[in-house]
Amino acid sequence: MPAVSKGDGMRGLAVFISDIRNCKSKEAEIKRINKELANIRSKFKGDKALDGYSKKKYVCKLLFIFLLGHDIDFGHMEAVNLLSSNKYTEKQIGYLFISVLVNSNSELIRLINNAIKNDLSSRNPTFMCLALHCIANVGSREMAEAFAGEIPRILVAGDTMDSVKQSAALCLLRLYKTSPDLVLMGEWTSRVVHLLNDQHMGVVTAAISLITCLSQKNPDEFKTCVSLAVSRLSRIVSSASTDLQDYTYYFVPAPWLSCKLLRLLQCYPPPEDGAVKGRLVECLETILNKAQEPPKSKKVQHSNAKNAILFEAISLIIHYDSEPNLLVRACNQLGQFLQHRETNLRYLALESMCTLASSEFSHEAVKTHIETVINALKTERDVSVRQRAADLLYAMCDRSNAKQIVAEMLSYLETADYSIREEMVLKVAILAEKYAVDYSWYVDTILNLIRIAGDYVSEEVWYRVIQIVINRDDVQGYAAKTVFEALQAPACHENMVKVGGYILGEFGNLIAGDPRSSPLVQFNLLHSKFHLCSVPTRALLLSAYIKFINLFPETKSTIQEVLRSDSQIRNSDVELQQRAVEYLKLSSIASTDVLATVLEEMPPFPERESSILAKLKKKKGPGAVSVNELEEGKREGGELNGGGERGGDSSAISTPSPSADLLGLRAGPPVTAAAPSAGSLLVDVFSEAGSGSLASYFQFVCKNNGVLFENQLLQIGIKSEYRQNLGRMYLFYGNKTSVQFVTFTTTLNVQAKPVEPLIEGGAQVQQVINIECLTDFSDAPLLNIKFRYGGALQNLTLKLPVTINKFFQPTEMASHDFFQRWKQLSLPQQEAQKIFKANHAMDTEVLKAKLLGLGMALLENVDPNPENFVCAGVIQTKAQQVGSLLRLEPNAQAQMYRLTVRSSKDTVSKRLCELLAEQF
Amino acid sequence: MQFMLLFSRQGKLRLQKWYVPLSDTQKKKISREVIQMVLARKPKMCSFLEWRDMKIVYKRYASLYFCCAVEDQENELITLEIIHRYVELLDKYFGSVCELDIIFNFEKAYYILDEFILGGEAQETSKKNVLKAIEQADMLQEEAEAPRSVLEEIGLT
Repeated sequence: MPAVSKGDGMRGLAVFISDIRNCKSKEAEIKRINKELANIRSKFKGDKALDGYSKKKYVCKLLFIFLLGHDIDFGHMEAVNLLSSNKYTEKQIGYLFISVLVNSNSELIRLINNAIKNDLSSRNPTFMCLALHCIANVGSREMAEAFAGEIPRILVAGDTMDSVKQSAALCLLRLYKTSPDLVLMGEWTSRVVHLLNDQHMGVVTAAISLITCLSQKNPDEFKTCVSLAVSRLSRIVSSASTDLQDYTYYFVPAPWLSCKLLRLLQCYPPPEDGAVKGRLVECLETILNKAQEPPKSKKVQHSNAKNAILFEAISLIIHYDSEPNLLVRACNQLGQFLQHRETNLRYLALESMCTLASSEFSHEAVKTHIETVINALKTERDVSVRQRAADLLYAMCDRSNAKQIVAEMLSYLETADYSIREEMVLKVAILAEKYAVDYSWYVDTILNLIRIAGDYVSEEVWYRVIQIVINRDDVQGYAAKTVFEALQAPACHENMVKVGGYILGEFGNLIAGDPRSSPLVQFNLLHSKFHLCSVPTRALLLSAYIKFINLFPETKSTIQEVLRSDSQIRNSDVELQQRAVEYLKLSSIASTDVLATVLEEMPPFPERESSILAKLKKKKGPGAVSVNELEEGKREGGELNGGGERGGDSSAISTPSPSADLLGLRAGPPVTAAAPSAGSLLVDVFSEAGSGSLASYFQFVCKNNGVLFENQLLQIGIKSEYRQNLGRMYLFYGNKTSVQFVTFTTTLNVQAKPVEPLIEGGAQVQQVINIECLTDFSDAPLLNIKFRYGGALQNLTLKLPVTINKFFQPTEMASHDFFQRWKQLSLPQQEAQKIFKANHAMDTEVLKAKLLGLGMALLENVDPNPENFVCAGVIQTKAQQVGSLLRLEPNAQAQMYRLTVRSSKDTVSKRLCELLAEQF
Repeated sequence: MQFMLLFSRQGKLRLQKWYVPLSDTQKKKISREVIQMVLARKPKMCSFLEWRDMKIVYKRYASLYFCCAVEDQENELITLEIIHRYVELLDKYFGSVCELDIIFNFEKAYYILDEFILGGEAQETSKKNVLKAIEQADMLQEEAEAPRSVLEEIGLT
């Protein structure tokens, strides 16, 4: 092996790295780095032309500094220069720098692309690979535009070296991931698929990643890959461990390729061709058989590689979900792993079994492992493994084992890690409801849940138990009795008090016959918790009290006394005070009949999907949910139950219709309601962009806030403020769909801060633009917006509603002054006049509002004709101030206006006139 | 694969390779978060972590942690062996590799990684072939290098 110190050492670099390592403090390190940066900067700027070696060395130092986490803002040009060096090491460092530190500076990209183009056409395989690596590392859209056409050609050409083919395949994959619209396989499809037959295993390994990705997107075009993949797999699986030479890894033939082949097959349904299918089933059986053979090596690499293939094969078996025999065998194999000494295998077995549990063929087989899984939940030392065990218990739960599983989960909750408690609580609540045969078990479970993990019981959970109790009259008495008992614990969770307050308020009468839970005992029990509770719970308790007065007239005087006490009726919280006052009044003046009507029992809730289930779904997310979306989900969840605090209270008085949002039952957030398909929308976006934007641009002449643009996908809102010659504009980009917008970019022909490149479905991002008016202008800045929605590029150009009048400072003046100035501005070019028809009703108040919105001072009692409007203002630009006067003469009979503007600058008069003529 | 990080037990990042477009601030934030999470794990714990919508697969070799973030569907065990193969490649190239080799020859570590993994997928899994490619590059390098004076080397001229 070439020793590293030999030949290629850059001593200066090594010295610098040592220096950095010897720095005793962060400050010393920064000082050393700044010194080096200054040195490099002066070298790059110096008169003496640097030779290639020095350039390489300095670029490499910059790279090192960047990788240490410091910002680098120069040296890009020198790195680009290195690309065209004919010395390999210089070129290599240049490419590395570009790959790590690419800057979307358009000038540089052009130069980089040029260098890449030269290397690609050099026919020197080493240079070609370097260039391809660079494209694959950067993968920018500009590169896709430049090379997406060329690379497929390199990939399939007969005379391309194998190593170049490998790089080309993965380079294309990267470009396809960033810019699928630019990578058109069309004519190359079948030749690319046939790379699966290539005799070079490395080429097959690289190509299959590309083919898998393309198959996921266009399964039909690539479906011929299925039979090729099966025969390739079959050859590998049946080969002896030495057949594949260096592609055998710790006695396992081609593990990476095998996994990728099995993964590719998961893009398709089971092969229809009987022979192909037979061959594949044979492969899968062989893989399962091999798992039972004694290991060929004790090394963990051997077992990992072997099991990687096994797990991938099981994934395929689960994906097909059609071979009961294989499914059961897979399940038994995983069952063995459940007790393996390797934590990794136990983890993966639990995870994989979770999916097996949902297949009808293997559900029963999975259930046989229940004891092992429960044991894992209790004894595993790693929380992520326990989490998998809890997931699996949840997945294998059905009517037959629900009581056992729920009991185990509940007992685990007592000691569970904080990180997974909330999810566990949701799971228990769902299972309890789903498999409840008798509802007393359900009530017991939920109350236990609140007792054990009250802090983690979200509102959905306790709303749901109330909802169910109200809807099932067979459980109401039991619920009242149980909650009464639970409340007797000296310290009970506030959520228990909420449930107790609600249930006793509704059904306390069902247990009032027992002297141990007589009305007064019930009331005293509830009231003993009152002072420990938060405001919303206290409000709920007050409502329970008024219901008590209705249910048990004998408690009336006691409760009235409580309501009348200073701590209630003079409570500093307005909600509590209001309730106390209203309830007290209601109880003293209303007749029993009125009271009974007002406080009638809650009507049953409409049956809908459990809001808890919805919450769990949101928590787990269907597949790829990013963190943002999750947070978004949580936020929406909060709003969804917006009625929550009050929702818990049952009062028919201060909350007119509490049943409407009581249990957070409203349908999902509106954003998910209509997610139109991506394809059909494209046309609309473009057609609207053309016509729609001009109209709204003029809408903003007299106002600063509003919606600038809207179509089915995107809404752009504007808020802006101006002071003198400065302005600040906030643009809000709202994604109206449920799908992410990716690579979202906006460009302005003036400078703007970049916007977040990704907008989640239903989310909004904000961009701020600072504006300075340098001199007067008539053209609006153009805003170009590009983003991808469902793979398709959307492109939109809008005029930003920044108009000259935004920089008006109103000027108040008396009649005399106005006319004097008016006369001073008497040059013909200083005046602009327009006579035009009214577009809107000639309402004086509307006109005034619009003129005020314009930014000038609206001068009253100046014009001798009271129908006319006159305004005065000064436009503030950095270069100068432009005084402007305006006169608007409406002619109601003719429905016409005459608008006259005089300013010290002719272009301003003209522009103001144009802008305003559209407004009235 | 979405990214690969190499970091020391003290949490110092030694190598970072990103296969998805992210801004520098996002990269810094993610690295910090992942490093913290992995360093908090105890020795006998499993090598896989769910994180955001990805899986983190990591393994410790002496003082260095090798850590990959892969898509949710990706095979964890084979990723673990990707890491191992990369370690083998470094080891073979540097001759029983240590953290210092990677610090002082970081550019080599990147070149080797590029030959092995490209765009987040395995390009060449044969150890021989990867090392052959690197050797060839080194040969080109030696031909091109002219001997330099010591003074020039340490940057004194």
